[in-house]
Amino acid sequence: MKIQIDNITKVYDNGMVALDRVSLGIEEGTFISLLGPSGCGKSTLLNMIAGFVSKTSGQVCVDGREVDCPGGDRGMVFQEYALFPWLSALENIAFGLMLKHVPKAERLEKAKHYLDLVGLSAHASKFPSELSGGMKQRVAIARALANAPSVLLMDEPFGALDAHTRETLQDELLEIWEKDRKTVVFVTHSVSEAVFLSDRVVLMGNNPGHIREIFDVNLPRTGRRETDGFVALERRIHAMMRQVPKVAA
Amino acid sequence: MSDIMQIDAAMIARTASVQKRNSDRLHACLRPLSVFLFFFAWFLATWLNNHVMRMYNPILIPTPLQVLQAGIESWKSGDLIVDIAASMYRVVVGFAVAAIAGVGLGVLLSRSRLSESLLEPVIEMFRPVPSLAFLPLLVLWFGIGETSKVVFIAYATFFPVFTATRLGMRQIDGVLIRAAQSMGASRSDIFRHVELPAASPSILSGLRMGFGMAFFVIVAAEYIAAESGLGFMINNSRTYFDVPRMLLGAIIIGIIGFLINIVLGKLERRVLRWHPNSRGK
Repeated sequence: MKIQIDNITKVYDNGMVALDRVSLGIEEGTFISLLGPSGCGKSTLLNMIAGFVSKTSGQVCVDGREVDCPGGDRGMVFQEYALFPWLSALENIAFGLMLKHVPKAERLEKAKHYLDLVGLSAHASKFPSELSGGMKQRVAIARALANAPSVLLMDEPFGALDAHTRETLQDELLEIWEKDRKTVVFVTHSVSEAVFLSDRVVLMGNNPGHIREIFDVNLPRTGRRETDGFVALERRIHAMMRQVPKVAA
Repeated sequence: MSDIMQIDAAMIARTASVQKRNSDRLHACLRPLSVFLFFFAWFLATWLNNHVMRMYNPILIPTPLQVLQAGIESWKSGDLIVDIAASMYRVVVGFAVAAIAGVGLGVLLSRSRLSESLLEPVIEMFRPVPSLAFLPLLVLWFGIGETSKVVFIAYATFFPVFTATRLGMRQIDGVLIRAAQSMGASRSDIFRHVELPAASPSILSGLRMGFGMAFFVIVAAEYIAAESGLGFMINNSRTYFDVPRMLLGAIIIGIIGFLINIVLGKLERRVLRWHPNSRGK
């Protein structure tokens, strides 16, 4: 398993149980989505894989090593882009390589390649404040990839974008992903986004956060949105999300 | 039909941009005119007082020409340049000390809780004490030489620099730090490549405020304990009732402050090229 999550429980200081004995194995090269309503702990789980959030009990392993702090092997794309505003688009992408002391010419060369990959070659010297939301997120994706992480973690990356830009970026992300099939963990609350992008959709529930069901998406990658199976699976997941288990309040 | 509409739109856009440009040009002329009008009103008032109707003792408000004359005289005698140099030296050295101490301590206290607990209460204890309150003591300790003025300026300037640095370090968006961590940044990487640049707008505005403050307080220091400098020049002229020279001192300080502000503003915009607020100005 690329990512192995065993019996993870997270209790915050205020006593809120964010995750209750969650276990999940993620195979190398799969695109997996964590889907669920707010408060189901999907972001907490992702942040735990990234090493930003500590666990109360249980174990998270990436590439067989237990996660206890953030690291460059787990690239992250944030909903709020998190680009460094004082660096140009190109310099943002080269940031990880700069930390590794890759010579300047080489890292700019590499950064250009990734900027090109997300279709922004014409905007290399622009600062983030000069870019649209969709462009910013493209730069953020390129930045994460340029650092050659072992897994790519995405925390509602398209949540702040308008519907049209969102679909465009989903298409572009898949196109890039299919080139090297990196392991991706993608957090979203959009059912169609999860079904469109993923090999597997992990549906989570809240109070406390737990895994309700895992759906294997056995649909063709090309033209997936138009297939009957896409609509059917989307409906199934929606139906399941609606029947909230009755828990005594 | 649509062609016509397009032409119309283009014409309207062009007319609007021409109007905008004309109005920009007009306002670019109005600004220096406002300063000119002030000097003209000053000239007119003193001239009327001296030649038409006496309203006050003419010694109290000299004419602009008298001030200019005083300027030329003290320039020729070499006094003026000595006084300017003396004040500038004190400001620059005192400010440099404060800038290093203010940024250094501001960063240190933001990065280490131990130093924060140990040092912040003391610093905050001194903050409400105005620098002028220490001036007589400083003269007692360091004499009326340069040291007392440099220390005085450093003390006065330290607080705005320190506070702005603290604020800048505190307001850093946590997601930027997490982004750097997810690319393998160490603690020192984060400090160098995230925290310092992220805090730089606040630090720079603190430095600008500090420099303004240094300029502000040096005059007061030179009233009390100095044998050169622009403050000394003003106060010394008072003993001789040389009002043109007193006004000259004030005007020189204004001009120097104005020029320095322009240079610092340009510098700041250059360094903060990326900042949305600094573009297009």
